[in-house]
Amino acid sequence: MTVTTPPPDPARPPLTVSGAHGEPPREPDGAYLDHAATTPMSAAALAAFVAEAQRTGNASSLHSAGRTARRAVEEARETLARSLGARPSEVIFTSGGTEADNLAIKGIFWGRRAQDTGRTRVLVSAVEHHAVLDPAFWLAGHAGADIVLLPVDGDGRIDLDALRAELAAHAAETALISVMWANNEVGTIQPIRDVVRAARPYGIPVHTDAVQAVGQTEVDFTESGVDAMTVTGHKFGGPVGVGALLAKRDLALDAVLHGGGQERGVRSGTLDVASIAAFGVAARHAVDCLPQRTARLSALRDDLIARVRAAAPEAVLRGADPASGDRLAGNAHFTFPGAEGDSLLYLLDSAGVQASTGSACQAGVPQPSHVLLAMGVPETEARGALRFTLGATSTESDVDRLVAALPQVVARAQAAGLVSGRAMGGMA
Amino acid sequence: MRVLAAMSGGVDSAVAAALAVEAGHDVVGVHMALSRNRDQFRTGSRGCCSIEDAGDARRAADTLGIPYYVWDLSERFEDTVVADFLSEYEAGRTPNPCVRCNEHIKFEALLDKATALGFDAVATGHYARLETREVALPDGGLHTVRELHRSPNDAKDQSYVLAVAGPERLARAMFPLGGFASKDEVRAEAAKRGLSVSAKPDSYDICFVADGDTRGFLQSRLGSRPGEVVDVSGDVVGEHDGAYAFTVGQRRGLALGRPAADGKARYVVDVQPATNTVVVGPAELLSVDRIAGEKALWFDGVLPVEPVEAPADVVPDPDGWFDAEVQVRAHGAPVPARVRSVARLGGAYGDGVPEGARPASDVDGTDPSAPAMEIELTGAPLRGVAPGQSVVVYRGTRVLGQATVSRAWRAPAER
Repeated sequence: MTVTTPPPDPARPPLTVSGAHGEPPREPDGAYLDHAATTPMSAAALAAFVAEAQRTGNASSLHSAGRTARRAVEEARETLARSLGARPSEVIFTSGGTEADNLAIKGIFWGRRAQDTGRTRVLVSAVEHHAVLDPAFWLAGHAGADIVLLPVDGDGRIDLDALRAELAAHAAETALISVMWANNEVGTIQPIRDVVRAARPYGIPVHTDAVQAVGQTEVDFTESGVDAMTVTGHKFGGPVGVGALLAKRDLALDAVLHGGGQERGVRSGTLDVASIAAFGVAARHAVDCLPQRTARLSALRDDLIARVRAAAPEAVLRGADPASGDRLAGNAHFTFPGAEGDSLLYLLDSAGVQASTGSACQAGVPQPSHVLLAMGVPETEARGALRFTLGATSTESDVDRLVAALPQVVARAQAAGLVSGRAMGGMA
Repeated sequence: MRVLAAMSGGVDSAVAAALAVEAGHDVVGVHMALSRNRDQFRTGSRGCCSIEDAGDARRAADTLGIPYYVWDLSERFEDTVVADFLSEYEAGRTPNPCVRCNEHIKFEALLDKATALGFDAVATGHYARLETREVALPDGGLHTVRELHRSPNDAKDQSYVLAVAGPERLARAMFPLGGFASKDEVRAEAAKRGLSVSAKPDSYDICFVADGDTRGFLQSRLGSRPGEVVDVSGDVVGEHDGAYAFTVGQRRGLALGRPAADGKARYVVDVQPATNTVVVGPAELLSVDRIAGEKALWFDGVLPVEPVEAPADVVPDPDGWFDAEVQVRAHGAPVPARVRSVARLGGAYGDGVPEGARPASDVDGTDPSAPAMEIELTGAPLRGVAPGQSVVVYRGTRVLGQATVSRAWRAPAER
C-alpha cells in the first residue's frame, strides 16, 4: 500500500502549543450561535487542564504521584458539589452526559428491580434527549421494562396531571421517573420540583438531565429534591469528555461499567484527572457569574428573537415565552414555514452563521424533531426548525450577522422547499 | 461557479469533487440519504447508500476542505425509483432503477434543490463527456448545442444511464471524470490527493436490494402470487410464486418439472401480468429486430424542429428514418439500426401494448411531450430485449436520443 500525505489544509492550520497559559480558547470564526452543542472552554479551565495533563499519576495509585492526582480529583469533586448544591460523596464522575444518563436510567432500573421485581415501569418525558430515551427503550427491548412517555404541552412543558394520574394508577410498578431540567432544543425549563413533589409520596426516585441547565439557570441538587442528576462539562466552559452523575447515597444504583471499582464501585475506569480538574474550575466559574451571565444572555436572546421576527415575519418561536422565565437564557428556537432545516443550515453556514436544526441526526440525516412532534408541531413545520443558542462569547455582532443574512436565506430555502417537497415529487 | 458535488462515498465522486475544487469552483459536497433506515440498504464497503458510505463521503469532503451536508431524499427515492421498480415488475416489464434514479433523483430532485439554493451546477462521478459547440443559425446568430458523449473508458461508460436526463438538465451537470480512460487512473488521482477511498471496491447491483436478491425483494414487497408457467403452445409446464419476478430472457430459476420435448433450454419469452402467467420458449423466440420506444427524448441539434433553430445533424429520409446505432443495456454493445421519431407508435409498433402499460404517446397520438421512437435493427437481431428497458440511440460516441422500450419483436421473414 502506498502511503501518501495529503496537502496541508489552509482551513485547518497545524496546532501549536504555546504553554500552559497561552491563548484562551476561541469560538469558531463567523457568528457561532450553537453554544448548546458545545461552548468554548474558559481560560481558567484550560489552564487547569494543561497543568494536570502535564503531570503523571493514576488517582487510584497509593504512591505520591497517585496521591497528587487523587487530591486534584477530590478538590474538583468538592468544587463541583459546592457549585451544584450537592455533597462531594454524591458526585460520580463519568465521561460525559450520555454516560451519566445511561448510568442513571439503567443503574436505577436494575437497582430498583433487584429490590422488587414488579417495578418495570420507566416514566420519561416525551421530550427527553436520546441519551435518556434510547437506554430506556433499550431496557424495554432487553430487560422487560415498560416505557411510559409523559406528554408535554405546546411549549414542551411536562403535563403534571398526566404524571400524577400515571403514579396514582401504577406507582407500585414504577421503577423511576426521568424528566430533564431544561430541554436542549426549545430551552423550556421543566417544573422539576413539582415532579419531585408528585413522586415523593410513593418513594419513586427522580432523575433529571441538567446538561443544558447548568450555567444557564440556577441548579441546586439538594434543594430540587431529585435523587440523581446528569451534568456535563463542555456546555459551560469545561472540556468535552467529562461529566458527572450526582446521586444520593441511599439511591439503589447498579454499575454499568465494571472494573477497578472507582467512584464507589458504580463507575469503574481510571479517572481523567486533567478533565475533572478543568470541569471543577468551569463549574465554579459558571455558577459564580450566573446572575450576570443570565441577565446579559437573556437580553441578547430577547433582542435576537425580536430581530429575527422582524427579518422573517413568518418565523414561529417554539418553546416557552421568554417573559415567563421558563426558558433558558441563551436559547431561541424557530420554525420557518415552507423551508427545510437543512437548507437553512447550509445557507446560513455559507453566510458565516453557525446554527443547528436542534434535532438528532442519524448518519447526518436530519429527522423531524421528536421534541417538536411531542409539542404538537405538524411534521411539515417541524422540518423547518432552527435553534440559535448563545454563550459566554456571544455578542451583538453575532446577532447582526444572523439578521443580515436571514431574509435571503429564508427566501432561498423556501424556494428549495417547493421543489424538493414530497408533494411535488410523486410519479407523473 | 458554485458547484454542488454529489458524493456517494465512492472513489469516483470523491475524485470528481476534487477536480471541481481544483478547477477553481466554489464546491460543497452533498451526500444523498436514500433511506431513512440505513440498515435496510446494503452494508459493507460496496455500495453508495450505507452509513459507512456516508462516513466515507464525509471523510473525503474533509480531506478536500469543502463543506459537507447530507440531504434526505429518501421519500422522493421511495416514491419514484422504488415505486417504479415495483410497478414495472408488476406490469411484466424490466425496469432499470439506475436510469430512474438519474431521471428522478440526481438530475431532478437534487439538481432542482441545488438550483433553488443558488448552485450553478451539480458535479457527479459519472463516466461520460459533456460537450458544447456553437453552430450558426440561418439568421446569422449562434446556437449552443449541448452534446452527451461516451466516456473514452469503454468498460465504465455511463452515457447509457445518463441519457434519460436529457439536454436541458445535463446543461447544469458537470462530469469531471469524462476524460478518464480507466478506473485505475481515477484511483491514482484519489491516492495522490490522500483520499482514503482510493482503494474502495466498485459498487454493483441495485442499492436498495440489500443482498442482491431481487426476487426476494420483490416477494417481500409484492407478496406471493402463485401462478402457471406455460410453453408457447399453452401447455402448463410449471408453477411460480409471482410472474412479476420474471424477466424476458431469463433462463435460471424457472424450476420446470419436465424438460422440453426437443430437449432444448427454455427461456422466459413473455410475462403476462393480467393472467399472472410466465411463458417459456426456445432461445430463437428471444431474437428481435423491431423495437418500439415510448417517452422518447432527443438531444440538441439532432432532429429538425419547428421553428428551425439550427441545422440538424441528422438527415432523415422522406419517411423520417435515419441511420444510427442503438443500445438496450447498460453494458451491452451498440448495434446498427434505422430509427425514426414519431408522435405516436404506428402499425406493429403500437400493437400488443397491454392496456395498463400503454405509453402516453399511444393513447391519443397527439401529446407532443411524450413522443415515441420506432427502431428497425439493420444488422443481426438482438436477444432478450424486454419492455421497460431503456434504449439509447448513438452515432459514434454521441448520444442522439433515448426512450423506454414498450415492445420488441421479430418481424415476419417476408419483410
